[in-house]
Amino acid sequence: MSDIGDRDLTTYRDVQLSPDFSELRRRFRRFVFPMTALFLVWYFVYVLLAAYAHDFMSHKVGGNITVALLFGLGQFVSTFAITMIYVRWADRRIDPDAEKLRHQIEGAPQ
Amino acid sequence: MTAPLMLPMATDIGNPTVNIVIFALFVLATLGIVFRASRNNKTAADFYAGGRSFTGPQNGIAIAGDYLSAASFLGIAGAIALNGYDGFLYSIGFLVAWLVALLLVAELLRNTGRFTMADVLSFRLKQRPVRMAAAISTLGVCFFYLLAQMAGAGGLVALLLGVSNRAGQSIVIAVVGILMITYVLVGGMKGTTWVQIVKAVLLVIGAGIMTIWVLAKYSFNLSSLLGAAVDKSPAAGEKLLSPGLQYGLTGVTKLDFISLALALVLGTAGLPHVLMRFYTVPDSKEARRSVSWAIWIIGIFYLFTLVLGYGAAAIVGPDRIKAAPGKANSAAPLLAFELGGEVLLGVISAVAFATILAVVAGLTITASTSFAHDIYGQIIKKGQISGDGEVRVARYTAVVIGIVAIVGGIFANGQNIAFLVALAFAVAASANLPTILYSLFWRRFNTRGALWSIYGGLSSTIILIIFSPVVSGKVDKKTGASLSMITDTSIDFHWFPLDNPGIVSIPLAFLLGWLGTITSKEPVDVDRFAEMEVRSLTGAGAEKAVPH
Repeated sequence: MSDIGDRDLTTYRDVQLSPDFSELRRRFRRFVFPMTALFLVWYFVYVLLAAYAHDFMSHKVGGNITVALLFGLGQFVSTFAITMIYVRWADRRIDPDAEKLRHQIEGAPQ
Repeated sequence: MTAPLMLPMATDIGNPTVNIVIFALFVLATLGIVFRASRNNKTAADFYAGGRSFTGPQNGIAIAGDYLSAASFLGIAGAIALNGYDGFLYSIGFLVAWLVALLLVAELLRNTGRFTMADVLSFRLKQRPVRMAAAISTLGVCFFYLLAQMAGAGGLVALLLGVSNRAGQSIVIAVVGILMITYVLVGGMKGTTWVQIVKAVLLVIGAGIMTIWVLAKYSFNLSSLLGAAVDKSPAAGEKLLSPGLQYGLTGVTKLDFISLALALVLGTAGLPHVLMRFYTVPDSKEARRSVSWAIWIIGIFYLFTLVLGYGAAAIVGPDRIKAAPGKANSAAPLLAFELGGEVLLGVISAVAFATILAVVAGLTITASTSFAHDIYGQIIKKGQISGDGEVRVARYTAVVIGIVAIVGGIFANGQNIAFLVALAFAVAASANLPTILYSLFWRRFNTRGALWSIYGGLSSTIILIIFSPVVSGKVDKKTGASLSMITDTSIDFHWFPLDNPGIVSIPLAFLLGWLGTITSKEPVDVDRFAEMEVRSLTGAGAEKAVPH
């Protein structure tokens, strides 16, 4: 396909129904929805443990470091990790295809 | 402990002149930057969105500047110092929340909207009613947040500048308000963004130096720092190191904690002043980079506060923190004084003050943009207005909001402000986030669903707060003193048991959005939905950066 506005894709509706766009949307949702579910579940497991499992959370694993502290720091680690994974993934798997579609819709890049 | 610190009046610590001089330097430097930035303020996109020409890293630092309010710096450090682990729980909610913004909201919003949250919500629904609802909810969140910041300024003044009488504090609140109006009027979004960047850098460096200093005192051994904090806090003891000190007392407080956790994690991605920052970058890729930068800065900063909080407990001790004028809020400044004397206290005080100034400026530009662009430009003038006309209205609005904030801040001075921030988050999570997600991801979503969700979320949150123990009927069992906003203990009209309404209002808003949609016969505008979906994912037709 050329970079110049595609004659077959005349409206947003045509783009929306095109296989390329469907694939892009499917790929995006299949990443972000499970990832969102994952971090929300992990966060609420942590919150529920903090609220209802005091004995477990106050258990010391070494020195004055408690299980609760490790779990809390674990939330930081998982947040940083998900951020890095998502940014790398979106740069590679979303941006090129999104850009291609954008050029088709808007015409040649300026 | 050295002798001068034994003085009962903690306002005697530090040297107000040093604090004021350092703060004045910050104000002068930022005013200079704001005036420089204002030279390129020509169009509406310049004023509202900084010409959309900030890079991802710049915007990410500015987002951190907007987000790390005095409540999170002084408040969280103080909460950790006094309540130990329970204070840390706040920062985790505040941080994890950014993943919602990163994965589901930032990029799609950048690609679809122009200046405000309402641009996105009303994109494919009936313009006027949805835009009105979104603007009202934006103004509501900004108002509660603004009030909290301004009221907090009064308390900070008492602590940092040694101004203890109310009249003096009111004058300082007014000065904060006038400075903030100047930043917004002159600098627009560009100037405000630079103020946020300067402030964020200062805040992170200041907190970082203190963190290393504290850790160095304990040979960089976190375990011995925690041990020292426990030794210095006989009342709390080992409980300082695990959850439950503040929230673990009864079944109700545990539920309250879960309710708070829910509002924190879902509120951030619905905060209008955060959403608006995504429009200041050229495209969705930069929006993604901004959030990534913001997450790193905010996360590292919260790790600092963990050390600072326990450090304040270990080095200053809970008794002296509780005796200081700002109570928990004074933990970080007291720690600074203990470590680096007057100069470090001056720097940290100035940074804390700058923080309030910057956050207030960010909120003001968001609220005035929403009023000028959504209510005046799109609803009253039906879009038949030039960008210049809109910006003029935005400037007037900023002055009005500034005055409201000054007056509100003077009246709210000394009030319990933590609940105002919690309220802002609860409104954002209930009234804004469900509608944002539905309109981005649910094809069938329609006008009635949006209105029911926004108004239902907004009103249920406010009603539940009014009839909660934060407003009336909360009594300290030991002292018999009132812990509510209404301090007269004979007035008690609360029936909702929790301080935090999120656990009810957030699911309710999602439910109302769904119920309103399926009961409405309004057909889906397939063309507008197609445009929104395609634009949101591909960036086609998205607003471009302003070339200069």
